[in-house]
Amino acid sequence: MLLREVEYARPATVEDAVSLLATHDGARPLAGGQTLVNVMKARAAAPDVLVDLADLDELRTIGFSSDGLLEIGAMVTYAQLMSSSEVDVARPILAEVASTIADVQVRNRGTVGGNVCVSDPTNHLPPLLAALGATFTIRGAAGERTVSADEFFLGVYMTAVGEGELLTKVSVPPSSGAGDGFAGVTIGKHGTYIVDAAATVAGDNVAIALGCVAAAPVRAAAMEKRLAGSDFSEATVRGAAEGLGETLDPPSDVHGSADYRRRLAEVSAVRAVLQAAGRRKER
Amino acid sequence: MEAPTRSRAISVEVNGEQIEMEVPARRLLVHFIRDDLGLTGTHVGCDTGNCGACTIHLDGEPVKSCMALAVQADGTKIRTVEALAADGELTALQQAFNAHHALQCGYCTPGMLMSATALLERNPRPTEDEVRYALQGNICRCTGYVNIVEAVMATGSGA
Repeated sequence: MLLREVEYARPATVEDAVSLLATHDGARPLAGGQTLVNVMKARAAAPDVLVDLADLDELRTIGFSSDGLLEIGAMVTYAQLMSSSEVDVARPILAEVASTIADVQVRNRGTVGGNVCVSDPTNHLPPLLAALGATFTIRGAAGERTVSADEFFLGVYMTAVGEGELLTKVSVPPSSGAGDGFAGVTIGKHGTYIVDAAATVAGDNVAIALGCVAAAPVRAAAMEKRLAGSDFSEATVRGAAEGLGETLDPPSDVHGSADYRRRLAEVSAVRAVLQAAGRRKER
Repeated sequence: MEAPTRSRAISVEVNGEQIEMEVPARRLLVHFIRDDLGLTGTHVGCDTGNCGACTIHLDGEPVKSCMALAVQADGTKIRTVEALAADGELTALQQAFNAHHALQCGYCTPGMLMSATALLERNPRPTEDEVRYALQGNICRCTGYVNIVEAVMATGSGA
């Protein structure tokens, strides 16, 4: 397909990338392109300038910060997450979930930064990173800031990354014995989620985040509170999920009614929590 | 720092041959391959990143060439389906596709071959589940999956 005319730059440093984004109207970062190129075809997005991040090697690394956080560069691909020994040691759920995103070809190009910056409510990583307590580092002309998932995901296709800014990395606490779970119902085996839920159980506490039910990931705060200090038995978890659906206002579409999504939210949250609790390690 | 431009001179190695060409920034990689280089073995199917007919290898990894710009490929090595039988002799996988009737209309075949070739290079004896997982991004509108999977399995087992 013939795209609308666009300008292209391939900066060599993050500073140059930020400068290009800040000084050109209609400039957008181009990561793996697995969403952006398609929405450009559909004319749903019409950037005037693409700032390709391909040469920014510092955004392609996975490592640990001095205080032990798993740091994932914004240009790290799903395939990289799947084969990373750092991810395997610190937070293997990231690789597990990445392996279910789209297909081989998309996983070879699609990036962590792209996934979260698109902030499509059906994307896998936003609810997962919300449950894991990830933080997001954003670079702009004025410097760097780090925000929580609550502050990062603002709505459909909207994040805390403003004009002239760039997400550089996502930092995830290591599991340290916590168990993580991810569950939901997809359209087809590895298709788009209709509803999904991510959970992490650390000791007696649990964090639960739901995807596909609102413009941004939703924390199941009441369910988390009911489960704190509980035995995490199946009966307890099922009991704690009751009423979760009523607190949500999910969309209705061809794949499921709002009521069906409310029901799936409870089912998905239960499955994710039970999986997470079963994976806890004694400390 | 270089300013943004509407076209760019790119340098790519395609099937072993070094190519230098000025391409518009908006040109999709698949159109560069098909229209600029004349390598029409790579097909445009859905043009929305779903069907995988445009699958090529970019630096050894299967990717969908309709979801990349040609300028993004600057500095990479590309392999297309034409590289498989470069010396005129079909690869074992291509022969297996023939023997197992793994193509009907043939439109998805180049993408299937490139995805399966990448799998077999990494994992020479894949299980059926591994074959199906590797081919998830390739859709056959004739739904001839059984024979396609059989052909890949047969290549893996040397049958």
